[in-house]
Amino acid sequence: MKVEQVSVFLENKQGSLEEITRILKEANVNIRTLSLADTTDFGILRLIVNDVDTTSRVLRDKGFRVSRTTVVAVEVPDRPGGLHSILEVLARDNITVEYLYAYVEKSGENAVIIFRFDDSAAATDVLRKNSFSVLSGDKLYSF
Amino acid sequence: MIYNEEFETLPREALEALQLKRLQQVVQRVYHTVGFYRKIFDEAGVKPDDLKTLGDLKRLPFTTKQDLRDGYPFGLFAVPMSNVVRLHASSGTTGRSTVVGYTHRDIETWSELMARCFVAAGLTKNDIIHNAYGYGLFTGGLGAHYGAEKLGASVIPMSGGNTKRQIMILQDFGPTAICCTPSYALNLAEQGQAMGVDMRSLMLRVGIFGAEPWSDKMRDEIENTLDILALNIYGLSEIMGPGVAMECTEGREGMHVFEDHFLVETINPDTGEVLPPGERGELVFTTLTKEAFPLIRYRTRDISHIITAPCRCGRTHHRMDRVTGRSDDMLIIRGVNVFPSQIEAVLVGIQGLEPHYQLIVDRVGTLDTLEVQVEVSDALFSNADEVRVLQKIEKRINKDLKDFLGITAKIKLVEPKSLQRFEGKASRVTDKRQI
Repeated sequence: MKVEQVSVFLENKQGSLEEITRILKEANVNIRTLSLADTTDFGILRLIVNDVDTTSRVLRDKGFRVSRTTVVAVEVPDRPGGLHSILEVLARDNITVEYLYAYVEKSGENAVIIFRFDDSAAATDVLRKNSFSVLSGDKLYSF
Repeated sequence: MIYNEEFETLPREALEALQLKRLQQVVQRVYHTVGFYRKIFDEAGVKPDDLKTLGDLKRLPFTTKQDLRDGYPFGLFAVPMSNVVRLHASSGTTGRSTVVGYTHRDIETWSELMARCFVAAGLTKNDIIHNAYGYGLFTGGLGAHYGAEKLGASVIPMSGGNTKRQIMILQDFGPTAICCTPSYALNLAEQGQAMGVDMRSLMLRVGIFGAEPWSDKMRDEIENTLDILALNIYGLSEIMGPGVAMECTEGREGMHVFEDHFLVETINPDTGEVLPPGERGELVFTTLTKEAFPLIRYRTRDISHIITAPCRCGRTHHRMDRVTGRSDDMLIIRGVNVFPSQIEAVLVGIQGLEPHYQLIVDRVGTLDTLEVQVEVSDALFSNADEVRVLQKIEKRINKDLKDFLGITAKIKLVEPKSLQRFEGKASRVTDKRQI
């Protein structure tokens, strides 16, 4: 059920991001969605890809620092209040969100929110109990 | 003007006779009271009695910074702690710092030597001395302070930092002399101007600057912006602190080494061979009168040369030229001495960091800056892909460098491949300063 995300440490310098997308292109990796957290000195690029193993291997081989983290992907209808309905439930059960990012599915009807929680299992339980659609990794990678 | 006319102008012959007598005494003393010296003299096959002339000094082995570290903290002291009245130390993590001790008489000697420096700079008991050398374990603050009191001048114990307050005191108390690092003098001038203070119209007339390398260009700049006479002072805590050598107002070409208390040699840093006076090399000092922490042939790693030509001030003591470099990798950042190995020790002391780093030293405006580039290790990143975790590590490095070494650095986490990998001797320092 779990969804794996690949995170890459990036220095804030020209060409860092371009190098990564080139490596992934050459390895025939498809990026499903991504987010970039940045500070003045460095950034962390977080990727959901169609092939987690290949992605971490090729980036590591090129000398990047890579980590694999478990995230939770939740599907919600793409309309006002969609994200709020999830956060409302999480807040009620005291689940803390580390960070999140989102994208809209190809069909255009649903949005997928990628959450990073301190405790993924507890968060998944809460979401399930409240009838949210928690997506599996396989489904996400191969949309 | 000369503070101790008798000793500072001793004819060379009498001075050298005094040096030999004192050298024989100190060598006897360390041989019998400091285990380290007995050991290295025995290994070198020399006995204190072999020392018949000053020329025999070169038969004695050197003392190095590593020897001092190995003796951490009090291993090289020549008197029991009950006779030690003061301790100072260089910055460093345990075992990498060097600790020096002083007896009551050592403090007296040091005070006199600093008083000699002030008088050589043209100061008298009527002067007010603004002392902006750091007070504390660093020898600068207290060394200059005791010398100023010995002379009878009025001393303002400012210590370092708090620049706005320093500028206020410079205006309100009207000190006539200032002691600090040359880069801090420029910083004071710059900030004073920014505050709208006419820094040239202060009562200051003399500045005594040391603890870091500087140039004649900086001297001109300080003299112009503060309208003072800027003089160079030399010292190092291992030998005593500030007041080992001082420029006089008459000569301004090299600093008189107080040769009745210190023997100075110049050596080839690679071979250890003694160089004739005038040749550039590493300075080596032997303390002649120190009681608590005498050192025999201590390798300073400072590169300079000795000037034997008589000085028009009347002092017979030889002079040393300004220090133009180091024969090791020590960095001096805002007056604080630091070795790359000390920074490395701090880094490896933090869990999750690896000793892959690069140091970038620069001078922005008048102040030195240090950037420590540290590689993000696999262990660190695989545990956390969150910005705050990495920022916490940056803060921790920053704090440890400040706590252990007393230096402020900008920390930059970098990708592994951006740091060069070294085979053999690593060159981890890029010094962009143009002094």
